[in-house]
Amino acid sequence: MPDKIKFTIDGKDCQADPGMTIYEAARASGIYIPVLCHFEGLKPVGSCRICSVRVNGRWMASCTQPVTPGMVIENTSPEVEEHRRAIIEMLFVEGNHFCPACEKSGNCELQALAYRYQIMVPQFPYLFPKKDIEAFPKFLLEHNRCVQCQRCIRAIQTPDGKKIFAMKNRSGRVRINVDRKLAASLSDEEARKAMDICPVGAILKKEVGFRVPIGQRRYDKKPIGSEIEEKR
Amino acid sequence: MSRKITIEPVTRVEGHGKVTIRLDDDGKVAQARFHVVEFRGFERFVQGRPYWEIPVLVQRLCGICPVSHHLAGAKAMDIIAGVPPEKLTPTAEKIRRLMHYGQMLQSHALHFFHLASPDLLFGFDADPAIRNIIGVAKTHREIAVRGVLLRKFGQEIIKATAGKKIHGTGAIPGGVNKSLTPEERDFFLKSPAPYNIDTMIDWAQEAIQLFKKLHSENRAVLDNFAHFPSSHLSLVRRDGALDFYHGVLRAVNAEGRKVLNDVDYQDYLDYIGEEVRNFSYMKFPYLKKLGKEKGWYRVGPIARLNTCDFIPSPRAQKEFEEYKAYTNGKPNNMTLHSHWARLIEALHAAEVIKELLNDKDITGDQLVKKGKKKQEGVGLIEAPRGTLFHHYRINDDDQVTMANLIVSTTNNNQAYNEAVRLVAEEYISGKPEITEGMLNRVEVAIRAYDPCLSCATHALGQMPLEVEMYDSRGQLVDRKRK
Repeated sequence: MPDKIKFTIDGKDCQADPGMTIYEAARASGIYIPVLCHFEGLKPVGSCRICSVRVNGRWMASCTQPVTPGMVIENTSPEVEEHRRAIIEMLFVEGNHFCPACEKSGNCELQALAYRYQIMVPQFPYLFPKKDIEAFPKFLLEHNRCVQCQRCIRAIQTPDGKKIFAMKNRSGRVRINVDRKLAASLSDEEARKAMDICPVGAILKKEVGFRVPIGQRRYDKKPIGSEIEEKR
Repeated sequence: MSRKITIEPVTRVEGHGKVTIRLDDDGKVAQARFHVVEFRGFERFVQGRPYWEIPVLVQRLCGICPVSHHLAGAKAMDIIAGVPPEKLTPTAEKIRRLMHYGQMLQSHALHFFHLASPDLLFGFDADPAIRNIIGVAKTHREIAVRGVLLRKFGQEIIKATAGKKIHGTGAIPGGVNKSLTPEERDFFLKSPAPYNIDTMIDWAQEAIQLFKKLHSENRAVLDNFAHFPSSHLSLVRRDGALDFYHGVLRAVNAEGRKVLNDVDYQDYLDYIGEEVRNFSYMKFPYLKKLGKEKGWYRVGPIARLNTCDFIPSPRAQKEFEEYKAYTNGKPNNMTLHSHWARLIEALHAAEVIKELLNDKDITGDQLVKKGKKKQEGVGLIEAPRGTLFHHYRINDDDQVTMANLIVSTTNNNQAYNEAVRLVAEEYISGKPEITEGMLNRVEVAIRAYDPCLSCATHALGQMPLEVEMYDSRGQLVDRKRK
C-alpha cells in the first residue's frame, strides 16, 4: 500500500491517499469545503470556484486539485471565506432567485450556502436578467435559477451515452440547452434524477413540487456541510 | 368655499388606501370616495409559472390571511389535477379545513382585539394616542392578552398543518403534504390552560359577551352607524349551513330573498361581473342578474350570517339564533354588527377546530390523489374578510396562462364607498370645523369590514394619517399629519 500523503488544512495535520483531490481529502478528515458544481461520482470541472482554497499562498479549486505532500491549505481564513461569500452573492444577483415560491427551497444548495454564509443582502447590485422557462414533456427548465454548474450535462445521458443537456453560447450569455428529441425519451426516473442532481430549482420534474413538508426538507434541521463536520 | 378632505392612508386596516370627501360651498358633502392606491399585478406575473407552484406563490399576496389564498389556489389546482374538492381524501380535506379554521380564528381575533376594539372600548372621539392596541393593553389588560393568545393559538394550528405560521406549503394540488402527528394533536387538545382549545372556545364566547355588553351600552350608535341595505354573498354548505371552506354560491338581497340560489362556483363568470372605475385600482364586482347599478353586494361575516340558514356547531348556533332574532330573522344590514357576526364566526371556528382535532382522520396517512388533468379551474373559499375567487387556466406544458382573482375586499368595494358616504353625510356635512374624531368615524366604517387592501390590488403600506384640505380652485390650504 502506497504511503499516505501528509499536508495541513488550517494548521491541522491531515493525511490523504495518493490521487485524492483536496476536497476529497478534506472530506475524509471531517473538514467541510463548500461545493456547488461538484457532485459525488461525477468528474469534477471546477467551474463554480466556491471550493476555492489557498495552497501555499495560491488560489486553487479544491474539487480538481490533487493533494501533494507538504501542502499548506487555508480553508477557513477570513480572506478565503469572503472570496466564497462574494461568489455566492454573484450567483444570486446574476439570476432571479425568489426563494419564497421556489419548490426547491429547503433542498436548494445555493440557498443553504447563503444561510451558512449568513448572507442577508448581497453587496452587488441585482442584475434582474430577462430569462425564460422552457417546457419539456417530463420537466421544466427554469433558466432564471440556473447557475450553469453543468451537473446535469455530466450526469444525465441516454442509455447509449448521448448527452441530453449541453452548454450554449459563451461568457455572460451562456445557458443550458436541451436536446428536445432526447429529452422527450427521458423516463420518469431519469427526470427525477435530473431534478435531484440540480443544486438549485432550475430542473423541475413535473408535478412533484412541495410534496415534502417544511421541517422534513434536506436543510431544515441541519446546515449544509454539517454531515461532513459531524464525522470529525 | 368648497373643499376636498383627504384621509390618507386609512389606519388600522391591512394595506394602503385613502378617502376623499368633497364639500360644496355650504360645507355639504358633494362626493365621498374610498380609493385603493396600490397596484401589484399578481394576475400578470403568475403567468408562465408551473401550476403546482400557484398555492405557494399566490399566498404572498398577503401576510395576514395567506392561508385563504393558499387554499383558494390549491382548490383551483385540485380541479386542474383532476381531483375536485369533494374527492380529496378525508385526511386531506380535514387538514385543509383545520388550517383554514385556525386562520379564521387568528384573523378574526386580530381584527376584533387589535384593530377594532380601541374604537369600541374608548369611543370614536378618544385621543388617538390611547385609541390603539397599546392603549387597550394598558387599561384592559385581560382583553388584550386574550386577543394575543387567541391569535397565537390559530397561528400554531396553521404551523402544524402548513409547516409555518405565515406562508407555509401544506396544500398541494390534489391533497396535502402532511397530516398531524398524535403529539401535535394532543398539544392543542391537552396542553394546560390557557393553551388548549377548550379555553379558546370559552374565550371566543366571552368576546361575544363583551360585544353584547358594549352594544347594550351604546345601542343607538352600533345599530345606526352606516346602516344601509345591500345584497349579500357567500359560500354555504349544500344544506345551507355556514361553511368557510367549501360549498355553493348563495346571494340574498336586503330583504333576504335569494338572488343566487346555491349555484356551482365553477360558473362564477355567469353570475359575477367586474367593473373598473377611474378613481381606484380596486375593481367593482356586481351580480350580473341585478346589473351594474343595483348588483353590488357585501361579503364577509355580516354577509355570511345573512346567507346561511344555520351554524353547524352548538354554541355558535345558539349565539346565531340570538343574533338573527335581533333583526327578526331578516338580513342584518348594520355595518357595526359585523363585529358581532365576526365574533360568532370566531367561536364557530374554535368549535370546529376541536371537532377536527378529535377526528381520527386528522392523523391519517392518505394525503394526496391524482385524476385526469384539466386545463381550467376555479377555487373559492370564504376568507376571513369574505368570498375569495381564484380562477386559472394552464397550457399543455402545465404553465399558467391566465389568472383572475376577485379578492374578498374587492367584493366589498361599493360597500366601503356607501359606508364612507353615509358617515360623511351624517357626521361631516355642514359642520363648521372638521375634527379628528369625525374623520375617525369614516375610518371606523371602513374598518368594520376589515379590508385587506394589499390583497385587493393584488401591497404593503405605511400607516400614518394625513389629511389635506383644498379650496374650490384645488389649492392646498391646510395639511395635518399625525
